[in-house]
This record gives sequence, structure tokens and C-alpha cells, in this order.
Amino acid sequence: MNAAAVGISITAVVGVLGLIAYQGFSHFWPSDVQLIKFNDAQGQAHEVYAELVELDHISVQQFLESSGNAKWVKPDTQVLERWLLKTGNRRINPPDFRWMFLNQISSMAPQPNLLALERVEWGNAYGIPVGVTVNGIDTVLTEPAQLGALLIQRVSRAAVIRTDIDALESGSMNHISYRLERLRLQQRALQLSGDSNPQRSSEIEEEVADLREQYAHRNTELRNLYKLLDQDQLTLSTASGELFELKVADILHAWQPNDMSAWQKSAHYLGAIGRFLTKPPREANTEGGIFPAIFGTVLMVMLMSLFVTPFGVIAAVYLREYAKQGAFVRFIRIAVNNLAGVPSIVYGVFGLGFFVYFLGGNIDRLFFPESLPAPTFGTPGLMWASLTLALLTVPVVIVSTEEGLTRIPRSLREGSLALGATKAETLFKVILPMASPSILTGVILAVARAAGEVAPLMLVGVVKLAPTLPIDTNFPYLHLERKFMHLGFHIYDVGFQSPNVEAARPLVYATALLLIIIIVVLNLTAITLRGRLERRYRGVES
Amino acid sequence: MTQPRNNSMQSELQVHDLSLYYGDKQALANINLTIATQRVTAFIGPSGCGKSTLLRCFNRMNDLIDDVAITGTITFGEIDIHDQRVDVADLRRRIGMVFQRPNPFPKSIYENVAYGLRIQGETSKSLLDERIEWALRSAALWDEVKDRLKDSALGLSGGQQQRLVIARAVAIKPTVLLLDEPASALDPISTLKIEELIHQLKDEYTIVIVTHNMQQAARVSDYTAFLYLGELVEFADTDSIFRNPKEKQTEDYITGRYG
Repeated sequence: MNAAAVGISITAVVGVLGLIAYQGFSHFWPSDVQLIKFNDAQGQAHEVYAELVELDHISVQQFLESSGNAKWVKPDTQVLERWLLKTGNRRINPPDFRWMFLNQISSMAPQPNLLALERVEWGNAYGIPVGVTVNGIDTVLTEPAQLGALLIQRVSRAAVIRTDIDALESGSMNHISYRLERLRLQQRALQLSGDSNPQRSSEIEEEVADLREQYAHRNTELRNLYKLLDQDQLTLSTASGELFELKVADILHAWQPNDMSAWQKSAHYLGAIGRFLTKPPREANTEGGIFPAIFGTVLMVMLMSLFVTPFGVIAAVYLREYAKQGAFVRFIRIAVNNLAGVPSIVYGVFGLGFFVYFLGGNIDRLFFPESLPAPTFGTPGLMWASLTLALLTVPVVIVSTEEGLTRIPRSLREGSLALGATKAETLFKVILPMASPSILTGVILAVARAAGEVAPLMLVGVVKLAPTLPIDTNFPYLHLERKFMHLGFHIYDVGFQSPNVEAARPLVYATALLLIIIIVVLNLTAITLRGRLERRYRGVES
Repeated sequence: MTQPRNNSMQSELQVHDLSLYYGDKQALANINLTIATQRVTAFIGPSGCGKSTLLRCFNRMNDLIDDVAITGTITFGEIDIHDQRVDVADLRRRIGMVFQRPNPFPKSIYENVAYGLRIQGETSKSLLDERIEWALRSAALWDEVKDRLKDSALGLSGGQQQRLVIARAVAIKPTVLLLDEPASALDPISTLKIEELIHQLKDEYTIVIVTHNMQQAARVSDYTAFLYLGELVEFADTDSIFRNPKEKQTEDYITGRYG
């Protein structure tokens, strides 16, 4: 009976993970692009390039009720099959995903020399290259295979330039504007303080002028790079023979899925997964990667652990070791246990009211008056999110720490005290080290709960798209006041707030899998640590 | 009640009119006795007679228990140990204690013995090494553990663990050692080793031992106090107590008629 229950549970877990992994990661495989010939409702023939996404079944009755074409229904069938096709080319031929009934399709075959392009905007494009312009000059090549190879080469050149642009924009230019902003705030602080300090003020102005000059210089550099990027163009022909031009600058990646070997496809697949893990999102989160969300989740959980561990341990030590056991302590215990049962959104509201508006507002008034009315800490951010989650998880840490403290035999405390140790020395040298496995158990539970929590975070610091990471190279490096992205919220946003559901769906699966993996990794780290500590203290608690 | 003829002896601890209550229950009643310097004093008596409670008064271990009230005085040297100005931690450094069950810390053998010294702020490696070897030799454990000082103390046998905690107590050089049934959880061979150890240690320490094993009291102690139901029935040198008890209750207990 037990074995069966365990078996079912394990199968269910593995099944769910397998499903998520399959749905999420098959998206990155560069599958063949087919040339599909089909008839529309009026019986006219059309051609389109498309990737096959999934095969679906729909009952004939449902099909007819939704005013489907009765001519496509063969007699004696109950079920119609239809393909979900990814046709791309959203700009010239929307939509980029469409359903097509099997009976509509007259033929389907991979199209050789077809180019698939991942674009900065407008999703993927599919087509046969008919002309490439390099540095403003049209090439004499006309063979689609040669044009494709040339284009792929030009796209990688564009990628190099784009890296340079990125380095410039988010590197030195970002640094300069950050410093300019700081100087502006200093200037304003000087004005606010009332006493005129002409010397300092002119110093600031000089520095500002200097930085502006540097910025202008960098800006010229940047414009040159953009010009360099803009020189190449591609003309693509769709399946219906329509031609359209696009800038190589707008193409992130180009590949020829129907002419790739399995090895090349695997390399492309791994590269695509790598980009998904390391790049920021694009196009309202339906394209690109999820790196900022991974980063935000991990950083937030770590900060939360930093806050919750000392809080929880101190509270537990007070309750167990120092407080006089009585009605008051019993009342506190009940309160702590009830705290664990409060719905998380309530913590979010509390965090918003207390941390953000009250604490943050007062911090702004006291320490950052120069940037008011724009808030610094008086707005949702990383610090308040971590604190709110720390509050949410502190009962878990208190309870498991208390349990650990209770399990330490009295004889060891007496042994330490009898050697002339004070109560505090006994606590730090004997009791807390021995209770550390229990403390870590509490932290593990806290991390598991915090990493998956979304509702309170929406109120206290998580956003759909954060322009900057909370850690960067500008002093003070860790920016606790910044808003951040979070995998849990990202799943919600991509899955339910997305303008392009079909494009976003595989990303939801992939993001969900990643969230699970991150929680497992965080937990495994803590569990390994706990195992090590337990081995050290094994045999004492008898 | 009789007092031992200890005119020639120096006294280390003097108990005067000591009574102890756990809440409403009286556990010790008007105890008066003197612990002689560098001698072994044994407390014997049936279970629950208060002998361990009395022992725990000397280093104020009873402070840890809520609801304990103490009247009377215990003088250690010149000071009243219940005086408010007394630093309890310092008192416990000077009056060491070994418990009934071995209670080594889950640390290495070396760190167990070093614990008390580190608490006192000792950091010199050479001094620690030296003192630890000395303490382990004093506890007759050095030869058995010298090659594995870095191993966990929890890997030692029960007898070795008990000698380790004696070494731990000795390492901080107390003047008095309180032993609370130190051999009761041990096998006969380990018991013998502990008893030999007590013989050696009494040259340098004043030892107070609680035991419910009368042969052990007779073997190791110079003076014996017999307690019964929280009262001190008889206190004399060990020979007189065992050969020629003055009180009927003492005689009955020693001859095994009850208890």
C-alpha cells in the first residue's frame, strides 16, 4: 500500500517534470520548415512556409458548429485533425501562428535553402534569400545556398558590432549617466541645505561639463557603430513569391534548418538554450531570455535568507533559552504559529504599507531628500521584497530552531557551565553549533517557500521588465532600492499577460522548469550543508 | 550528629545550616559540614536523599533550576558563594564538576579539553598543547588518545569519555573537584580506573564524590557523610563510619538493611 503510494507520487512528479521539460525545451530545437500547399475556405490554393508545432484533434460536431467548411469533412469521420503551424513573417503576413486542418493541406515537404531568421522585433521570419546587400553594394550572387551562407556570415558580423554597442551603452555610457545623475542630486542637495557653497557648486558644474563632453564623445562612437550595423540588407521571398526587404541589423540569428546536419542542429539547440538562460527578454517577454528573472529570484532568496536567519534564530533563542516560560511566551508561540498561516498576499499588503510607504518614505525624507519627489526607497524594491518574504518565512525558522534547541541534552549545557562558561558562551560555543542542522532545516523550508512565492512580491518590488539588474558596476554595486524580475511572476506574466500566446507558451514551460531547478539547487545546497553538520554532531542526541 | 576530628585539617568548604527547597518541598535540611582540603569526601545515602543536590550547591548548579530557594551559607575560602558579588562563572572555574553520565561536547578530543581554557581567553597554541597533554595525563587518558586528538570525542568508549571529562575539568586547574556518581554508568574495569584516578588526584585537589556504591566510598574516600531524607545523619572519617557507625540509621544502611 505504502509502496504503491510512493510509486504513484514518484511517477506523478517525474511525469510532470518530464512534460514541462519536453514542452519547454523542444521549443529551442531548430525543426524543419515545411512548404505547405493548402486550400482556403473558398477552395483557392495557397502556399506558406511553416514549422509544425503540434497536432490537435477536434470533433466534427464542434467543427461544424463553429461554422467550419463541411467540404473538409470526409464521410464517417468523427474527429478532424489539425496542425498548429508557426508561419512567422508576422509583419507582412499575420498572424504568425495558425491552425490548419489536415484535410485542407494538399502537400507538405521541407523546403531546401530556406532561411529562418530570429529578429529583434516581429518574431521569426522564413523565406528564400533572393538578394543580399553588403556595405551598401548588391552582391552578384544569386544562388540561394550561397546567399544564405553569406547572410549567416554577415549576421555574425552584426552580432559582434551589437556586442560592442551593448558594451558601450550599458558600460561606459551607463556609467557616465549614473554619475551625472549623482552629481545632479548632489547639486540639489546643496541647494536644499540652504547654505551656499559656491566652490563646491562650481566643482560640480565643472565635473558635469566634463562628463557631458565624455558622453558626447561616446555618443559619436555609438552612432558610428550603428551606421556600420545599418549597411547590410537582405531581400527574402515568401512561399507565395512576395518579396520583402529587411535590415541585417534587425536579425539576431539566421539558420537554414532544412540543410542542417543533426550535429549542427544540436549545436544550434544548445546555443538557443544558452541564450535563453543568459539574455534579457525582448518583445513583451515573448522572445529572448530570462536571465534577469533568474538573477532576481536567486538574489532575492539569498537576501531573504540573510534577513530571516538571524531574526528567526534570535527569536527562538530568546523564547527557548532566556524568556521565563509562562503565559507570555505561550502567547508569543501561538502568535508565531498563526503568522505561518496568514495568506501571503496579506504580507504583501503589509509590506507595501509598512516597509515601502512608512519605512521607505521616512528613509527618503531623512536620507534622500534631494531626489524627492521621485522616491528612492519609498517605492517597491528588492530590499522590501526580501524583508517581506523574510517576515513570511520567519515562523518556519523559529519553530525548527526551537525544536533543535530542545533536543540538545541538558547535560551538555551543564557541562559547559560547570567549566566556567557563561550562558552566552555556552550558547555560542556549544548550543548554537549543535542546533545548526535544525536552523538550516528551517532555512531550507523558508527558501523553498520564498522562492515560489509570487503574490506578495507583486506589491513590493517585482516588475514585468526591469531595465537594470540590482547588481552592477556602479557604486554601491548592490542596489537594494531597485525593482527586479522574478521567475514566478515571469511565468504569470508570460503565460497570462502576453500579447502572443502561442509564442509565449513554450517559454512558460521552460521558465517553470527553471524555477523548479533553481529551488531544487538551493535546497540541495542547504541539505548538503546540513548533512555535513549532522555527521559532525551524530550520536549526541541520545 | 558528629563532626570528624579534623582539627589538624585545613577546610576548603564550610557548609553552615544549609536548607534547600524545590518549591514547597524541602530537599536539604540544616546541613552543617566541612570539606577538608586535598582529601576525598564521599556523600552516601539512598536514592533521593539529597546527596547530589548538596553537591550541586557547591558550584551553584542549582541556580539553573527554577523555583529553588536556599537558606544558610557555604563558605569557600573566605567568601560566601551565595554573595551577590560572586561571579558564578569564576566560582565554577575554581570548583570543577564531573557528572554522572559522560557529557563530552561534539567536538574533537583536543577541543573538549581546550574548551575551558579557550573560554578563559587562552589562545597560545603551545600553552594549550602543553596544558592538554598534562590534563590528559592527569586523567590517565593520554596514552590512549595521544595519536587521535583531532578525532571526535564521541568515538571514545564510555570509560574513556568519563576520563576525558575529568581531564576537561582538571585542565582549568580548579581547587575543588565535584564528582557526581562518576562511575555509575561504567563497567568494572573503567570504574577501577576512575577510582585509581581519584587516588592520584587527591594529592592536588579537594575532591567531593557522590556515590551509592558503599565499597567505592570505603575504597576512595577519607571522610564520609551519610545523608538520609535530606538530613545529614552522620559525618566522620571513613574508617569510623564503616567500622564503627555511631548512628543506628548509618549502621542499617551500611549493612544493607535498607536503602
